[in-house]
This record gives sequence, structure tokens and C-alpha cells, in this order.
Amino acid sequence: MNEEKVIIAGFGGQGVMLMGQILSHAATVADLNTTWIPSYGPETRGGTANCAVTIGEERINSPVVSVPDSLIIMNQPSLDKFQKKLKKGGILIANKSQISDAVYRDDIEVYEVDANKQALEIGNLRVANMVMLGAYIAVTGVFSKDDMFAVFEKIFTGRKSELIDLNKKALEAGIRAVGK
Amino acid sequence: MAKVLMKGNEAMALAAIEGGCDAFFGYPITPQNEIPEYLSRHMEERGRVFVQAESEVAAINMVYGAAGAGARVLTSSSSPGIALKQEGISYIAGSELPCVIINVMRGGPGLGGIQPSQADYRQITKGGGNGDYHLLAFAPENLQETVNIIKESFALADYYRNPVMIAVDGLLGQMMEPVDLEAAPKTEVPPEKAWAADGNSDRKGGRNVITSIHLDPLELEKHNRKLQKKYDEMVAKEQRYEMIETADADIVFVAYGSMARIARSAVKTLREEGIKVGMIRPITIWPFPEKAFDELPASVKSLLTLEMSLGQMHEDVRAANNGRFELDFYGRTGGVVPEPEEIIDHVKRMLEKEGSS
Amino acid sequence: MNAKTVYEPTKGLVERDFHYCPGCTHGIIHKLVAEVLVEKGLLEKAVAVASVGCSVFSYEYFNCDAHQAPHGRAPAVATGIKRVRPDSAVFTYQGDGDLASIGTAEIVHAAHRGENITVIFVNNAIYGMTGGQMAPTTLLGQKTSTSPFGRDKTLTGEPLRISEMLATIPGAAYLERVSVHDPKHIRKAKKAIEKAFDVQMNKQGFSMIEFISTCPVNWGMNPMDSIAWAKENMIPYYPLKVFKDKTDGDNDE
Ligand SMILES: Cc1ncc(C[n+]2csc(CCOP(=O)(O)OP(=O)(O)O)c2C)c(N)n1
Ligand code: SF4
Ligand SMILES: [Mg+2]
Repeated sequence: MNEEKVIIAGFGGQGVMLMGQILSHAATVADLNTTWIPSYGPETRGGTANCAVTIGEERINSPVVSVPDSLIIMNQPSLDKFQKKLKKGGILIANKSQISDAVYRDDIEVYEVDANKQALEIGNLRVANMVMLGAYIAVTGVFSKDDMFAVFEKIFTGRKSELIDLNKKALEAGIRAVGK
Repeated sequence: MAKVLMKGNEAMALAAIEGGCDAFFGYPITPQNEIPEYLSRHMEERGRVFVQAESEVAAINMVYGAAGAGARVLTSSSSPGIALKQEGISYIAGSELPCVIINVMRGGPGLGGIQPSQADYRQITKGGGNGDYHLLAFAPENLQETVNIIKESFALADYYRNPVMIAVDGLLGQMMEPVDLEAAPKTEVPPEKAWAADGNSDRKGGRNVITSIHLDPLELEKHNRKLQKKYDEMVAKEQRYEMIETADADIVFVAYGSMARIARSAVKTLREEGIKVGMIRPITIWPFPEKAFDELPASVKSLLTLEMSLGQMHEDVRAANNGRFELDFYGRTGGVVPEPEEIIDHVKRMLEKEGSS
Repeated sequence: MNAKTVYEPTKGLVERDFHYCPGCTHGIIHKLVAEVLVEKGLLEKAVAVASVGCSVFSYEYFNCDAHQAPHGRAPAVATGIKRVRPDSAVFTYQGDGDLASIGTAEIVHAAHRGENITVIFVNNAIYGMTGGQMAPTTLLGQKTSTSPFGRDKTLTGEPLRISEMLATIPGAAYLERVSVHDPKHIRKAKKAIEKAFDVQMNKQGFSMIEFISTCPVNWGMNPMDSIAWAKENMIPYYPLKVFKDKTDGDNDE
């Protein structure tokens, strides 16, 4: 595979960091190289949070992602901040539920997902992040649904194992939302 | 063991445990808090010591006591906290005790910020505390290298009876990357510490005293020369570095830690464009890898020092270069992490200038 | 011959002359601590932590393992030792500049954590080693090289009573202030040291014995006068008593 660089951005509390970590976990399981870097400190308090994930077969140099191949955008401020960085022809997955002013570049591929609505239908707004992640893997083909399920089993342990089913459903809803 | 995805700070903490760390003393400071947090959970369950001290000053002195009693000891902090620890570090070096110090650097001076920085270069390599002493100081660039070095560092500290510092920036502390802790060197059993003041004065050699005081100047000079011998040995044996595509390079970067990683991306892109760049990557920042500069071919045109600080390492590059090549510098500071594109642009400006002169 | 040994140097001290000034009570305090270590069979497992002050070289005298600490930091150094060698007998030996000024954070927090260490606190109301500057413990009106007109509370506050202060800390298990100005008090002081080490070895928490001590040289007095001065001036302000005894049910909070 080619190196994949994705930035995931949204409000603190939308589970943005976890989305990135799940991708890096999946890469680790697949014996690929990967880096995950967070924005941290005051940046993450109340305001926007973002993380950058790189996945590749070869050694990863800069973990800092200046020109992402893909963007997962959870809200309006993040769209405003990151859209301009996306590479030409890059993929943008946007959470339509949190974007009021959707003006997209015309040299990129945009997929809108009503992630909040989907999550609520499944029964928990908090899995909107997994809906978005489902859409992302479906569009990019970076990982399969089963790859992600395997990660869920790995990281949701103990009391959190109750969350596995919910997250699986959310992921599948995201995959369906982009018609895959 | 397969690779596991870990956060830098946690991987460092685990590496310390695997490296045989008996005791940790520290004080909270961002961006290294996951180190004490992790150890507070995992030291006690292994019957080892974890203490959150009342200050960095107290923490380093607890390290001093525990190291003097013969334990393998770790402390960790970030830039302003390391500044507070300098007194104790000087005492530890003066008393010839081993310990490992992790410094997850952030921007300064003063309270500065909490974002990644390399602005402790001088504080780490040029003393910091008083007196004729040095720290063996490593500046790894990724998590695997970091955990390997941390595991090894306890043995190095024991061998030299000197503090070892692991200097990473907040980026390495906060990022996640797969690491294989078993790939790291096997941990040696600590050597017999016959010098330790551990409350066993009926030992064969009699009672032990740990001290750094020598009021007679001639005696202190003798002691300092003994220390210097160790530092000379470190200079001879411990210079570590990586030469990256330097054989045919016109421009050679000098960068360490996260900055080196970012610069690698620039090397790759520039090479793809046919611009011949390479890099010296110091892995030890003390001793500074002067040997690397001797390996450079005469065809090199210039060196470009890259830092997340404003020319602190550049002073050592200038000394190591000794007038041989043209020198240039590019750095960001205050917690700003540069993007590879900035380095690429800088190189292009260098080439334009060269072309026009 | 049929002579009876009435005095014998303790093997808790290295056989050498003290560097302390004539009449300085540091020497008596050293001897008491050393005797207790020997009598309790603790000498071999003891680690003395020397501080910075006139007693900086106390490690030259205590005949056990020793560790010299930076100014004020002895309780932190002792914490490090005791935590990794919990069966050892660890004590610090600190002056009032060291403990009550630069080292207040370390002493408070060693007590706060209830560290199983013993602190020998030698209060002579002055910075002896550096030539007689004012300490936080200097009495009101007392002349020192940095309070040449006598300590003035409007400028420098009133003398700090450390034992009283530490008594408020739950982790402090045994705190007593003693004096060595006459044989009766010396015997009492020795008992206090014994108690403190018992508390430590029974892992009951932090123990400190504060000594009213002298500094004839920097007080500008001969040894006899300095003893009298300590008795007449220091003890009224720094009363001799047990401030905390958690081994005694009544005082346990
Ligand atoms: C960091 C530091 N600051 C200052 C000193 C200088 N100094 C040495 S001893 C001392 C005062 C000691 O007084 P005290 O603790 O009362 O002991 P005494 O000599 O009276 O027994 C000072 C300030 C030092 N050694 N280190
Ligand atoms: S200066 Fe004072 S405290 Fe120090 S040894 Fe002399 S008399 Fe004792
Ligand atoms: Mg004093």
C-alpha cells in the first residue's frame, strides 16, 4: 500500500483521538508501520481536538502530517481549519450533522455522512465517531470491516466489552452510508 | 513478543521497568505525566518503589539517596523541572552515582509552553548544574529506538557510575507507535555495587560514604580528573550517530530527535527532485558525535543544522565542522513543530543564493 | 590491675577529633546518637544522611554508612534510601538553617508522607557554618551578622517553631524537643533518640528530635556562657516537651 496520512478533527469529546488510535491499532495488528500524534494541552480543552495518523509499509519519517491524503471532519471549525491542507484529489469524509456551512473544494472527493443521526438511530450519539470511521475505511479501503472488528475485540476489554456490539453496528452503518 | 501500539511516555515507562528500574521518584509536569502515571500503576504491583515527591528538587534528591543505596533509579520531568533538578544532578555526578533521567522537552525559557521543543540542548549538554561534569545524553528519534536506549541506559549508568539522560521532545512523549520491547537489548543483571551506602557497614570493605565534597583543592582536582577520564572514555566509545545518504550529498543536514524524523521526509522529497541532500543524525548529543563529521566526503558543499530551538546544537556543529564546510541554520522554537516543506523551501533558497553568487 | 572502665569512647563514632569549635554541643549530640545506634544494635544497618552546615562532615564521625546531602535536602535523600532499603535505619542530621529555612519543603513532606526516618534537628538559632547569619530560628533581639541590630520582628518575623509546626502533620509519629545543657537533660535527650529509632524500626512513621544547641563562636560567648544563654533564652521560647507521640494512645489522632 501507499503511505496513508489522515487527519481526524472535531470537538473534544467526539472521540476523535480514539478514532485515530483504532486506525493505528489496526495497522499494528497488520504489522504495518504507523504513527499517531495528538494535539494536546489547552488545545484539547473544550475546543477542537485533532490527531494525525500515518500508516505505511515503509518506515515513517515525519509523524507530523502537513498535507493529508484524507480528512475525517467531525464539525464546522475543523472543516474550516483543515480542508485547505488536504492534498489535491484527497478524500474528505464530513459529518454533515455538525456542518452548517458546507463549502467544499472542487478538487477533492467529498463524502457526507449524517453521523450523529445514524448514531442516534443505533442508540447512542457517542458512536458517531465509529460511523465516520466506517465510512472512511469503506471509501479508502485502508482496512476491512473485519480488521476493525478485531481491534474492537482487542481494545474494548473488561467492562468496556459491552461496547463492542454497539461499535460494530456503528461501523457497519458508516460503511453503508457511503454505499459500500 | 509482537509489536504493541503504545504512547511514547508509557512505552518509556515500560522500558524502564524492563530495564530493571527499582525505584522512581518524580513530580508532575506536562508533557511527561503519563510516565509517572503508568509507573504508579505498575511499579507497586512488582514490589518496586514509586514516590510522587513534593517537588523536582525533592525528587532528584530521592534519586540521589536511592542511587547511593545501590538501586537502579529513574526520574522523569520536562524542561523547567529538569532546570530545578540540576543541583541534584550535579551532586549525583560528583558522587559518581548511576541514575537515569528522562526529559520530555517543552518550549522555554521560563514557564514557556507545553508543546514539543529541543530548547534544553544546552541545559543537557553544557552542564546545567555546577562543576566539571557531563551527562551521557541520548536523543532518540522514534519509540523503538527510545525504548531500546532506555533499557540499555541503566546498564550504561551503572558502568560509568554517572547519570544518563534520555532527551526526547513532547512529540515523542505524546505520540503512539508500535514498539517491540523484546527487540530491545536484554537487560543485564546490575553489577555488584560494593560502594553503596545501603546500611550494611559490617561488610568486608567497611563502611561506605557517598559524598561530593572535597574541600582540599588538590583533592578535588584529583577527583575531577578521575571524572574526566570517564568522560574521555564516553567520548571515545559512546558517540552514536546515523549517516543518511551522505556519500554523494551536496547539502548535509544535522538534526536529532523528532527534528531528524521531519528532516528525513525532506531528504526523501528533495532526493526525488534530484537534489542531493543527506543527514547526520546525532543519537548521542553528549558526547556530540564529532566522528560523524570526519566521515563526510570532501565533495559536500554545506551543512544545514536543523533544530526545534534557535541554534543551540549549531554551536557544536560549528566546532565539529572546524571551518571545513559552509554552515547554515534553520530552526523553529517555542513549541512550533516544523513541517518538512519548510526545510525543503529553505534548501531551495540556499541553492538559489548559491546559484546567484 | 583491677580498674573498672568508667568511660569508653563509643564504637558508634569513628576514632578521630571533632572539627567542632570548643564548647559546641554538636559533639555531645553526635555522641548520644552514636551510643543509641550501638546500644540498639542498629549501627551496622544505619545510614546517616549528613546535611550542609557545621555538621556537613558528620559522616566522618558516625561509624556507619553515610550519604552527604545538598543543603536542605537530607529528608529527600533519606526518603530515597529508606524506600529502596526499608530494613535499614536511616537518620538525617540537620541544622536549623538547613532544616528550618532552605529545607522546609523537604522536612514537611517527609513528615507528611510519614516516612520511616529519624531526623536529628540541631537548633542553635543561627547559621553556624557560614559565619553566624540570622536563621529563621534566631530569637527576637538576637544579634547576628545579618541582624546586626538584633532580630526585628517587623522586618524578619518571629522565630519559627518547627516541632510545634510538624506536630500538626498526621504522618509525624514522634516529635520531641530536648536540650543538652546539663547531665540530667542529656540523659533525657538520649531517651528521646532511643524512642525515635524505635518508632522508625517499628515502621510507625516519621520521627524527629529537636535539640536546643549552642554556637559559642557565632554567639560571641565562651562555652559556659553559651550553655547558660541557651537555657535562659532559648528554652523559654522553645519549650522542651513531647509534641507528638503516636505510640501513646492518648496522643494518637
Ligand atoms: C544551596 C546552598 N546555599 C547556601 C549554602 C551555604 N551554606 C552552607 S551551611 C549554611 C547554613 C547552615 O546553617 P545550619 O543549618 O543552621 O547549621 P549550623 O552550621 O548552624 O550547624 C549555608 C547557608 C550551601 N552550601 N548551599
Ligand atoms: S560555628 Fe558554631 S555550630 Fe559550628 S562548630 Fe562552631 S560553635 Fe558549633
Ligand atoms: Mg544552625
